[in-house]
Amino acid sequence: MGTKHKTPLLDDLEKGPFPSFVTEIKKAAEHSEYAQDLLGQLELSFKEKVTHWKHGGIVGVRGYGSGVIGRYSDVPEEFPGVAHFHTLRVNSPSGFFYSTKALREICEVWDKYGSGLTNMHGSTGDIILLGTKTENLEPVFAELSSRGWDLGGSGSAVRTPSCCVGQARCEWSNIDTMAITHDITHHYQDEMHRPAFPYKFKFKVAGCAIDCIASIARADMSIIGTWKGDIQIDQDEVKAYAAAGMDIQKEIVELCPTGCMSWDGSELKINNEDCNRCMHCIAKMAKALRPGPEKGATILLGSKAPIVTGALMSWVIVPFMKMEPPYEEFYDLVDRIWEWWDEYGKNRERIGELIERLGFPRFLKEVGIEPHPAMVKEPRRDPFFFWSEEDIEK
Amino acid sequence: MAELPQRQTDIGPPHYEQFLPPVIKKNYGKWIYHEELGPGYMVHVAESGDRVWTVRVASPRLLSTDTIKEICDIADKHCDGYLRFTTRNNIEFMVDDESKVEPLMKELKEKGYMIGGIGSRISNVVHTQGWVHCHSAATDASGIVKALMDELHEYFTSKDLQARVRLAVACCVNMCGAVHCSDIAIVGVHKTPPRIEHERLRNLCEIPSTVASCPTSAISPDPQKKSVKIKLEKCMYCGNCYSVCPSMPIADPKNDGVAIVVGGKVSNMRSHPMFSKLAIPWLPNNPPRWPEVVDAVRKILDAYIADARKHERVGEWIERIGWEKFFKLTNLEFKLQHVDDFTFARETWRMAATFKW
Ligand code: HEM
Ligand code: HEM
Ligand code: HEM
Ligand code: SF4
Ligand code: SF4
Ligand code: SF4
Ligand code: SF4
Repeated sequence: MGTKHKTPLLDDLEKGPFPSFVTEIKKAAEHSEYAQDLLGQLELSFKEKVTHWKHGGIVGVRGYGSGVIGRYSDVPEEFPGVAHFHTLRVNSPSGFFYSTKALREICEVWDKYGSGLTNMHGSTGDIILLGTKTENLEPVFAELSSRGWDLGGSGSAVRTPSCCVGQARCEWSNIDTMAITHDITHHYQDEMHRPAFPYKFKFKVAGCAIDCIASIARADMSIIGTWKGDIQIDQDEVKAYAAAGMDIQKEIVELCPTGCMSWDGSELKINNEDCNRCMHCIAKMAKALRPGPEKGATILLGSKAPIVTGALMSWVIVPFMKMEPPYEEFYDLVDRIWEWWDEYGKNRERIGELIERLGFPRFLKEVGIEPHPAMVKEPRRDPFFFWSEEDIEK
Repeated sequence: MAELPQRQTDIGPPHYEQFLPPVIKKNYGKWIYHEELGPGYMVHVAESGDRVWTVRVASPRLLSTDTIKEICDIADKHCDGYLRFTTRNNIEFMVDDESKVEPLMKELKEKGYMIGGIGSRISNVVHTQGWVHCHSAATDASGIVKALMDELHEYFTSKDLQARVRLAVACCVNMCGAVHCSDIAIVGVHKTPPRIEHERLRNLCEIPSTVASCPTSAISPDPQKKSVKIKLEKCMYCGNCYSVCPSMPIADPKNDGVAIVVGGKVSNMRSHPMFSKLAIPWLPNNPPRWPEVVDAVRKILDAYIADARKHERVGEWIERIGWEKFFKLTNLEFKLQHVDDFTFARETWRMAATFKW
């Protein structure tokens, strides 16, 4: 096997220092006809500058409405190995840690039933098993689920939640991102596997405002760790940074967005009341500064890519929530939001778009969230606001 | 076929705890600080005094099972059988003793792995499926990433930048990879609406679901032709209709290409998170190495390197100097397409008399 198709354009991408995806496909092609024909079809795409995939009927595993992305070649006669090339989204463990034993097991199943190609990971955070035939979907699912693996979300469902490495290996994490993500994922198995929403819903959990998981940009609900109270300062370590050549005035004090720090050459002062917890000083002086004592999360809602009405980033709906098991306050909030979305959301309308369409004040009122200045950058500029019955004197 | 094992449903992912290296499990939530020791190499220190050294390597994201088994061999040999992946698809090997770092790095280098990506540099490029697996792709993703990183690899492995520069590639405007908040991102764009193959459509597609597939309501039934029609001024070339109805192909090799957007970030550090904004509306697809695209990214990066201040992200740099100066420093042409006429347009117009010449 291996050289069924000539692939001069792709071969060029085996040169150069960065690891090559073409080499990966060729490795798989040594033992997989899927991968062989994928090479052939991809070469054709490179030559013609056009994709050769099409969407087909809905495929999946019994009892689930999600977890499989159906894919068919539009040139199946030429490349029968990829006539069907469906992808399984396998729910990754929180934090993307693996034992080699577990990874090898997944590989074994995938070598037996699929292309031998994966994405570690897809953009949402699933283990992507890239390419198999319809009749292999059930066997792959049986083999994987009997070993403790389940499928992730796709379609109008809860998508596989994901998180930053959090407390497993980051000193800045204000919340246990991995535990929270694991809990959310298990809490919403039905909502994940049986799409019943107007559209997709993503959770992403970051331990601090640095947001290594990009939750503010790509989760319908972004859970971002934060704190209350004073940043803990170790003045000796601050001096050590200065002694090691850091220009504390220029690199820390002057870059603080709120202008709440000062440095007289021996003592660093922070006016914590003015700090907005941006993480700059803490990240640049990890040994000297640590987040304040009372930990929790800010909950933000609504981000999405530009389609259809423009990109949104999530915005604050709960300034501070303790995120401790069993997360009752959190789940209660999610349920209320979903109920509202379910009631008013149009087909393919993300929660952020719905709030834009019906208004943020209406959302707050009907979902039962008290307004707070942290929710806005500034109050409205116009005088066109409404009152409800109870505000009017009769 | 052999008997299959009993399937289970709704079991969710396995618990992460069984996958944690012992030193991580023991010190979970008890880390006090970390230090970057090199471009792909850092140490975290716990309250207990324990340390974990992490070595990060690049990955093309698309991995064969053979490669996964190979990295498992390395992790078995050096890391007690554990490893992890990062959000940006890097691979991380962790060891609990300094003496284990050297042999690990040596083997990784010998096997051709690229160590780096930590700190103020370019990390792995977040990207989507492209021609490898998606039907709406206006360009390939893996190919562009490979071409780009071959050019910029030194910023992964050794050279310092003023701050992190996050690159991303999405192969169509659906932007699966959240490229809308990256320092420099490339997004595949179609320039022409789908073509309706009326003859085939009649037999192949269900008209109501085709009409419903369009997010902008550009599609309506065409009873005369027993087909559909598209209101051209409403179509935003998203390709959704093609997902539902294969008789509405949108791919157009001559006109499909990529746009480049810049200045986004998700971190709240110093400045608020920012969207990426349009720098170049269209560049052609020229596989296998997309030279125009690679050149353009290089040009933007070089201007940033020459002019930005320490710790300044691309977006912060541009906010400081102003977009008019950005176009000047990068020598990019400002076109009609740069002026926004979409949902948030008026927020972007300059309502002040102050700007730079
Ligand atoms: C109407 C709009 C959209 C359509 C038709 C669409 C379609 C698709 C399809 C077909 C795939 C599968 C690609 C493949 O594996 O072959 C995909 C993947 C994905 N989509 Fe979308 N998408 C849309 C909008 C979005 C938006 C707005 C986001 C994010 C905010 C998003 C996030 C993702 C992610 C994360 C993946 C996984 C991609 C990867 O791992 O490479 N999609 N989308
Ligand atoms: C309930 C709605 C509003 C009320 C009651 C109101 C009332 C007033 C009043 C009393 C003045 C001063 C007139 C004078 O100089 O004698 C004024 C001036 C003005 N208003 Fe309004 N206004 C309203 C809404 C708006 C809105 C929505 C805008 C624009 C978006 C606006 C723009 C202006 C401008 C430009 C001036 C002139 C200011 C100046 O002389 O510098 N107003 N308005
Ligand atoms: C504990 C180890 C880590 C530390 C100390 C750390 C530190 C940082 C810092 C300081 C930044 C902000 C840089 C800046 O804006 O100037 C950052 C950004 C980022 N980190 Fe990490 N990081 C760690 C682990 C990770 C991991 C494991 C991932 C991925 C899985 C990751 C993904 C990211 C991403 C995607 C960004 C960019 C956010 C943006 O685009 O604004 N980081 N990290
Ligand atoms: S988001 Fe914050 S807590 Fe999470 S890994 Fe990044 S820096 Fe650490
Ligand atoms: S966290 Fe940000 S706002 Fe707060 S003191 Fe540090 S730099 Fe200033
Ligand atoms: S960005 Fe577009 S073309 Fe690329 S994988 Fe996502 S939907 Fe497909
Ligand atoms: S490409 Fe998108 S916007 Fe255009 S007609 Fe099709 S579904 Fe509608």
